[in-house]
Amino acid sequence: MEIPYTVEARPDTGVYNAKLGVWLFLASEVMLFGGLFSAYVLLRVGTPPELWPHGWLNVKLGTLNTVLLASSAITTLLAWAALKVKKFNHYRIYHGLTLLLAVAFLVIKSTEYNDKFHHYEIVQTDGKIADGHLVEKSADFDLVKKTGEVTLHHVRVVEKTEELADLRHAKPPGEGEVKIAAANIKKMQNYGPYHNNYLGIYFTLTILHALHILGGAIVIAFLWGPGSKMWKTEPERFTNRVEVSGLFWHFVDLVWIFLFPVLYLT
Amino acid sequence: MTESTEDFKNHTRRTLFIFASVLCGTFLMVGASFAPLRNPHMNLVLVLVAACCNAFIVAGFLMHLFSERKMIYTMLGFTAFFTVMLFALTWIAEHDVPQVLVR
Amino acid sequence: MVTKMQSTTHATPHFQADHGHGAHHHDEGFWRTYVFSIDHKVIGIQYGITALAFLLFGFSLMLMMRWQIAHPGISIPLAGPLLEKLLGSVAAKGVMSPDLYNSFGAMHGTIMVFLAVVPLLSGMYGNYLVPLQIGANDMAFPRLNMMSYQFYFIGGIVMFASFFIPGGAAQAGWTSYPPLSEVIPTDGQTYWLIGMVFLITSSLLGSANIIATIVQLRAPGLTWMRLPFFVWSQFVASFLLLLAFPPLEAAGVMQLMDKVTGSSMFLPTGLSVGGKIANVAGGGNPLLWQHLFWFLAHPEVYVLILPALGIVAEVIANNTRKPLWGYKSLVYGSLGLGFMSFIVWAHHMYLTGMGTTIATFFQTTTMIISIPSVIILTCLLMSLWGGSIRFNTPMLFALAFLPMFGIGGLTGLPLGFSASDLHLHDTYYVIAHFHYVVAPGTIFAIFAGIYFWFPKASGRMMNEFWGRVHFWLSFIFMNLIFMPMFAQGLAGMSRRMSDGGVNYSASYFQANGIVAAGGLSNNIMYLNNTILWAAVGLGLAQIPFIINFFYSIFKGPRVTSDNPWQATTLEWQTPTPPGHGNFLTPPSVYRGPYEYSVPGHPVDFIAQDQPDKAKA
Ligand code: HEM
Ligand SMILES: [Cu+2]
Repeated sequence: MEIPYTVEARPDTGVYNAKLGVWLFLASEVMLFGGLFSAYVLLRVGTPPELWPHGWLNVKLGTLNTVLLASSAITTLLAWAALKVKKFNHYRIYHGLTLLLAVAFLVIKSTEYNDKFHHYEIVQTDGKIADGHLVEKSADFDLVKKTGEVTLHHVRVVEKTEELADLRHAKPPGEGEVKIAAANIKKMQNYGPYHNNYLGIYFTLTILHALHILGGAIVIAFLWGPGSKMWKTEPERFTNRVEVSGLFWHFVDLVWIFLFPVLYLT
Repeated sequence: MTESTEDFKNHTRRTLFIFASVLCGTFLMVGASFAPLRNPHMNLVLVLVAACCNAFIVAGFLMHLFSERKMIYTMLGFTAFFTVMLFALTWIAEHDVPQVLVR
Repeated sequence: MVTKMQSTTHATPHFQADHGHGAHHHDEGFWRTYVFSIDHKVIGIQYGITALAFLLFGFSLMLMMRWQIAHPGISIPLAGPLLEKLLGSVAAKGVMSPDLYNSFGAMHGTIMVFLAVVPLLSGMYGNYLVPLQIGANDMAFPRLNMMSYQFYFIGGIVMFASFFIPGGAAQAGWTSYPPLSEVIPTDGQTYWLIGMVFLITSSLLGSANIIATIVQLRAPGLTWMRLPFFVWSQFVASFLLLLAFPPLEAAGVMQLMDKVTGSSMFLPTGLSVGGKIANVAGGGNPLLWQHLFWFLAHPEVYVLILPALGIVAEVIANNTRKPLWGYKSLVYGSLGLGFMSFIVWAHHMYLTGMGTTIATFFQTTTMIISIPSVIILTCLLMSLWGGSIRFNTPMLFALAFLPMFGIGGLTGLPLGFSASDLHLHDTYYVIAHFHYVVAPGTIFAIFAGIYFWFPKASGRMMNEFWGRVHFWLSFIFMNLIFMPMFAQGLAGMSRRMSDGGVNYSASYFQANGIVAAGGLSNNIMYLNNTILWAAVGLGLAQIPFIINFFYSIFKGPRVTSDNPWQATTLEWQTPTPPGHGNFLTPPSVYRGPYEYSVPGHPVDFIAQDQPDKAKA
């Protein structure tokens, strides 16, 4: 039993099945990220402007990741084009690069996450706020109480939390280490998703995006490795698969093109 | 389906050109966000405009949307419309609240 | 083309009830054939069985709740001790605690909508019938189809398991409004969210598949305007699922973040829980959830009704032996309905302090959307005119559907105006409104479809007498359940009260010396009793159906033709039951879907794949 139009396009619609399928899927993805972006907008306008964070993320890393994804989009396209002219080896090289770039993206993203979880805001009993990176690996509030103190580096000390909101033009934090006694700590919280809604939506958006990267990378890895056997038996169908997975990959890139400015730059 | 090597070279050249423009767009975006403008809202607008340009290039050239089938345009057209409605109507609903207490 | 044209008309000569089964099947083994099958018909039946089980489960939850409403604080007969054994202290002494009531209510709604009715309509009917009706040999993506059933199944398991965790299942209604949904101290909500993510993924895969199938795999000659109306209804409903579900998935993920990581995207500043300020960052936006939820859930109600209209249209055309009246109006009506349903959602939110500008917008669109609904209903009613109607069981259900849907739809209008909705919102009036559309409406359509297509799927007929018993009892009890709710709602009885409104009754006010106007009168309170016993009756009325269903699978009289109802559409031109690959030869289509009683033709129907004499 053969399902028609898996390889050639149906004359009256002009597309083959998987092409239509992936565009339908991408339409739903547009709505998914559309929903999330509209959530972002509402959360942002619902927060007093002086409290909405700016400059909390590392723009250099963000730019680097943007470039990585853009490059991977190009290698994806070249991989497909290579199949079109029947250069299977080129395909392997280009999509190999795509995979490396995807992994690099995820590694950078996870160092960024890691940074957020080591970054603490400590409200002291005198009302002052010390904000910096924890020197020890991990510490929760109870642990700090037991050991008696906590050590931060790259520290800013401010009077009010508002002063930490817009860091775009702020002075870089101090270099040295600062010790704070447990007795002086009123509240201590790292920059996880619970810290405020900016971080909440930041983590939601980027985790979901990273999952898309992961999913796309798995598909590409399959088409690069075991799935590429199909090239020998059904080259056109295989090329279609590569095209369709490429469309998904470009879409993931497209989402990042908006995530980057919205979260890092504005 | 097979394309000639000449086509392929052209294609590669064009692809590299697209890559260069996406990179430019990215740096423009970063630049726009740090540019010392008098009105900070302008930064935001510029950044988003640059992002839209980049998205345009990716969707148009890399995803071949400039030469797709009518059916796919139609579907994406509806999707775009519903997305816009989702944005617009939630936004308006959020801001359209009675200013005075009505008894 | 010329040689095969006779072979697919009615009554395949070498007919054998189950030859289709062996014909195309290589021995793939039990697991491949029944559990991990990629045949759209098997998947459709898998959906059907699972969803019917959930339908029964969802109904029994409600039956227990109706007891609690009518007799608050009194041990539930029969089920009470069992509940206590299974769930422990929430059902101490067999009495349903308010927490348990809330769980059951939330899960009743969730199960009925997401695990029963949608899977029956899109999963069972969509899968089984769409490829057959368009003359395809399977769905466009068979493996994806299998996966979408598996995601649905996992989602169902997650939902079901949540009853047995400490704290029990979700308790904040099927709408899961935060902050309430997030601050109730049970992981049931987390299970709910995870379950929903699976169900949404399943729906997305399924709907993309159905659309791709309809667009790509229509048989030669099957142009858009020759599609059976059922296929159109599936087409529109799938688009609704495809584009409306993702924003709820987004919201679900955000609520999951709130619930699991402690973020506060839906939790406002200064939220107090149990009299204490909650330890959250705040600043979140609870209304955002409502927007994203209803962005799905309004289109969802059309997902619940459109395929039902499709089923009813097929049954009516077949049993009036007449073409549908206004086929094009039906098609454009459902397209209009689908389009508009994306921009009416906030009519569920008039009571949120919404401003007048935006309320006007949503009132207008809500009124506009009722126009295509009325067009569709009118077309179906007009289709009856002048027909020589065959009153068999499927037709009875289909006929009853029409006024029931009418009542449900028309009572929606007062809800669509904010002035009247402010009074009616969250009362039993709303419950009656939407149940009229989904219970005696959609569920009757589902029954009509089961009686109608059963012979195709099983090769046997269901018993007509017990079918009628099933119909008449269901029809009477359905109305006895839901009609009184209009009265209760108009009298001001709120929904979601575990004591059935006792605390707001006039007699309670009197007994406790409370001076207040508008207590619920004794008559209104008494209706709780009526409803309880009607619900019990409805439950009993399903017994003939269940027995008839299983008995007929094994012992029902075999059909003597591939096309026992003498229908025109392609699914009847297959062997019975159709084997893997469906058609013996790929069909071609020469005519519209409802060529019944064509003047001058010897029999009163012409199948879609029968060529014109002239051309032949
Ligand atoms: C065409 C006419 C219809 C109109 C004007 C209409 C209008 C409304 C309105 C305004 C509400 C909100 C009431 C409130 O919460 O205060 C509502 C609730 C509801 N409607 Fe309809 N409706 C229509 C048809 C339908 C159909 C066809 C279905 C389903 C198949 C449906 C299912 C529902 C459901 C499930 C709810 C309640 C949701 C909840 O709060 O739990 N309605 N309707
Ligand atoms: Cu609605």
